[in-house]
Amino acid sequence: MISIKNIQKGFSGKTIIENVSAEFETGKCNLIIGASGSGKTVLMKCLVGLIKPDSGEIMYNGDNFSRMNQDQRKEMRRKIGMLFQGSALFDSMTVEKNILFPLDMFSNQTKAEKQKRVDEVLDRVNLHDAHKKFPAEISGGMKKRVGIARAIVLNPEYLFCDEPNSGLDPQTSLVIDKLIKEITTDYNITTVVNTHDMNSVMEIGDKIMYMYQGKKEWEGTNQEIIFSKNDKLNNFIFASEFLKDAKDMRMLEIKGKIDNNRNMDEMLKS
Amino acid sequence: MLKGMFTKPENLRIYWKELMHQCVELGIGSLGIVSIISVFIGAVSTLQTSYQFVSPIIPRSVIAQIVRDSVILEFAPTITCIVLAGVVGSKISSELGNMRVSEQIDALEIMGINTKAYLIFPKIMAALIMIPLLVILAMVLGIWGGRFVGDLTGILPHEIYDKGLIESFVPYNVNFALTKAYTFAFIITGIPAYFGYNVKGGALEIGRASTTAVVTSCIMILLADYVLAAILL
Repeated sequence: MISIKNIQKGFSGKTIIENVSAEFETGKCNLIIGASGSGKTVLMKCLVGLIKPDSGEIMYNGDNFSRMNQDQRKEMRRKIGMLFQGSALFDSMTVEKNILFPLDMFSNQTKAEKQKRVDEVLDRVNLHDAHKKFPAEISGGMKKRVGIARAIVLNPEYLFCDEPNSGLDPQTSLVIDKLIKEITTDYNITTVVNTHDMNSVMEIGDKIMYMYQGKKEWEGTNQEIIFSKNDKLNNFIFASEFLKDAKDMRMLEIKGKIDNNRNMDEMLKS
Repeated sequence: MLKGMFTKPENLRIYWKELMHQCVELGIGSLGIVSIISVFIGAVSTLQTSYQFVSPIIPRSVIAQIVRDSVILEFAPTITCIVLAGVVGSKISSELGNMRVSEQIDALEIMGINTKAYLIFPKIMAALIMIPLLVILAMVLGIWGGRFVGDLTGILPHEIYDKGLIESFVPYNVNFALTKAYTFAFIITGIPAYFGYNVKGGALEIGRASTTAVVTSCIMILLADYVLAAILL
């Protein structure tokens, strides 16, 4: 489990993250949602130590990450896997070498064992014939899957995904979401996902934190989010008229008022 | 940045591999351009020195001495390194800048790798190994270029040229040239690495960082050239 307490971060005198506290549970997909510029990515970079927060504490299973020295942090980071928004694959290496890299750097396995592990993780993300391809030769969805494979190759305890669905079509997004969910459950890891994709929220959001202008505005599950009375959250989720109508439909359905023989206008009026 | 480079490597074998890779990239990759420049510099030096030597009192072998000393003291280390500042410097700066912008450096950090040690240190070490070797090669090819052109044009037969080469030779000049080479090697890699590693923004900033890195490196090379000459000669 990861817990953060009163995280504060600003740049050039402007506060980006304001007193955010939260807990990210093990074996669950913990989602951080919010509009662009709400501070999601900065918060995630604080969590993994790429940005130093101005104040506050980050605890990984009780170990205070904020107070660790350089060596302890390096040690800790080996338990962390991260999928970046742009995948961040090493473009001078093939897919296979990208995944082999952390193994070469940190494991004492034999060449055959490493190759077996690479094949395993590529198989896990459903990539079977991309071993020798370079990142420039594969699609955006495949890059994300290679990014996930590289993130999980060292069996991390924590997985961070920054906007895993950005730039992907809805169908591929679903595949990536499903993969993240399965990996979280199968390996019982703590997964934190930054997203503003509502499909992901409903599909994989075991625990959701909504951020608005650098503050934690709402927290709950994907079952609760639809009934939230928080106006800012509702404005974010149901941004379009279509989604507002869809929400009304869902509410009516839940209240048992949908009658297939009546038209939608009547239903919405009732 | 320098302080951050000197930490215990996560995996010595990978660092060694990276050092060898950088030696090949930097050394073998620059072999062509260094060879061409050196031969032409030596050739032009012979022609121009000969053109200025009209007095019959001065022996023709002095031309070879002037070419030798010019090549060893100035042309081979300084001109070669200024060219390398453009070739190698822009490559290092844009490579690191691109890695920074596309979050590849962040990805390495997340893995628990000291990116300064892994990405910058091997480049500087490779330069310190390869650039003095390239400068020695430039000296040899520069002097040979002068000899070849002297023979080709008939200005200076190679027997006289060879005689001039061994006359009043000061071995210290080679040491001085190598001192320059080591200093310039550090400048050529350290400055572009700094600008590339600290890029913020996108493609435009990568280009700007490369230009700034090359211009700064060239100025620093000329400055260091003057300081070293003033101190060591």
